[in-house]
Amino acid sequence: MKVLVPVKRVIDYNVKVRVKADQSGVELTNVKMAMNPFDEIAVEAAVRLKEAGIATEVIAVSCGATACQEQLRTALALGADRAILVETDAAQAEGLQPLAVAKLLKAVCDKEQPGLVILGKQAIDDDANQTGQMLAALMGWPQATFASKIVIAEGRAEVTREIDGGLETLSIQLPAIVTADLRLNEPRYATLPNIMKAKKKPLDVLKPADLGVDITPRLTLLKVVEPARRQAGVTVADVAELVAKLKNEAKVIA
Amino acid sequence: MSILVIAEHDNLALKAATLHTVAAAAQLGSAVHVLVAGAGCAAVAQAVAALAGVSKVKVVDASHYADQTAENLAALIVAHSAAYSHILAPATTFGKNLLPRVAALLDVAQISEIVGIESPDTFVRPIYAGNALATVQSADAVKVITVRPTAFDVLEQGSANASIENLAAGPDLGLTQLLSHELTTSARPELGAAKVIVSGGRGLASGANYHALLEPLADKLNAALGASRAAVDAGFVPNDYQIGQTGRVVAPQLYIAIGISGAIQHLAGMRDSKVIVAINQDADAPIFQVADYGLVGDLFKIIPDLTVAL
Repeated sequence: MKVLVPVKRVIDYNVKVRVKADQSGVELTNVKMAMNPFDEIAVEAAVRLKEAGIATEVIAVSCGATACQEQLRTALALGADRAILVETDAAQAEGLQPLAVAKLLKAVCDKEQPGLVILGKQAIDDDANQTGQMLAALMGWPQATFASKIVIAEGRAEVTREIDGGLETLSIQLPAIVTADLRLNEPRYATLPNIMKAKKKPLDVLKPADLGVDITPRLTLLKVVEPARRQAGVTVADVAELVAKLKNEAKVIA
Repeated sequence: MSILVIAEHDNLALKAATLHTVAAAAQLGSAVHVLVAGAGCAAVAQAVAALAGVSKVKVVDASHYADQTAENLAALIVAHSAAYSHILAPATTFGKNLLPRVAALLDVAQISEIVGIESPDTFVRPIYAGNALATVQSADAVKVITVRPTAFDVLEQGSANASIENLAAGPDLGLTQLLSHELTTSARPELGAAKVIVSGGRGLASGANYHALLEPLADKLNAALGASRAAVDAGFVPNDYQIGQTGRVVAPQLYIAIGISGAIQHLAGMRDSKVIVAINQDADAPIFQVADYGLVGDLFKIIPDLTVAL
């Protein structure tokens, strides 16, 4: 069984994002970029399936500008066997929305015929949390989102999902889509020998037009602003003062 | 054209997030219909019919909707979507799982977790863990939207006598089977609905400390219990306690952050709380920058004292 893992290039988790003065978006120039953390978890899950002898091949896919090759090389260094970049120009990459990405991934799935696609549950830039579910819809496949455990057996996947208020376990027929939540695993670090080896692994580049997909954005971004700042409050000296403030000033306790 | 809200429920009771979603739908200016799809869910339909702002309840009662799986529900919603300009669901794990599937089947964009409505086609939503707010305009014929419940206050006024109409069930696609449900049972208020939340972080040092210190305080305040990602990752409490970018987003009247440093991912989940109290040993912790009241000191002494003083 082939496992496909889509990965996204985003602003690094540790970078404090800055909104551009002209409100057109957030500053991306000279900002450290990295693989979306949830996608790292997805790559790790796929690589572990290969190590367990369940997956035969792990294919990493990214959609966006040429620079996404860096994240694909990271996926290869973590253990993916080969990579595919669906390459757009830089302007198109900024306006690439989940529906368009899902359509590109569908075209890749039609070609590669994976038994399982594992994605991060959301990207930490647009926080959309849509692509996996959309791909499942377009393929007509079952979906198990927010996964904290995946067990593959007899043509089905048993997936434990993190839902509001607890956990739920689904059994879904393969091929299927799984999206990874934080507790699915702890991704490994790429070792230097594996980073070197990753440079020699195959990386194919396709264009959206090759796949026959229209990636025109459906949503127009009108503006991006900083949220209203909360005023920092006061430091209280002790418990008695805190209780008095909560009762008399904030009036949130009786 | 009307607005369709997808009710979140467990076949027995309606989830509070639905009420907030109806409130958002009411701002769009057309009649609001609510779809209740489930199995043996008549009581939920009755509860929805009595909600302010709802003009019609559409009920689909069939065994293959009992588990609320996205595959069967999405197919059903798409089959009944023709009369609607907007389809809304709460931005909970239920709505987030379901609505992108609906949107893709309709070949439209989905707009995630809106916190504001500027016009029927223009919406405000947080990006980058709430560090920026994006205003987006949709050109699609149907707007498929998840709504952040805490951003819309429940309607108090409005017609509260909607008609109930039964719809035929769609097919059972049979793609998914629910094996088990392990819901955390608690006598405390639910995180999304609690007026007071007591939340603990890595500063508590262990799960035993978390429970020993925070539970008596939460009991005193009739509060829900929450946690930072650090506390969840350290195994102090289960994942469903997590508040933040990738956990729950809450906005209670009073949020007490105990031993939480205040990473931006955590702030994203609680910054809209009315009053924030931070108790932490480290006076430089970022949590103090958003707190209305900060108390610097040893939480192992402060929390028992606070519990007695309340």
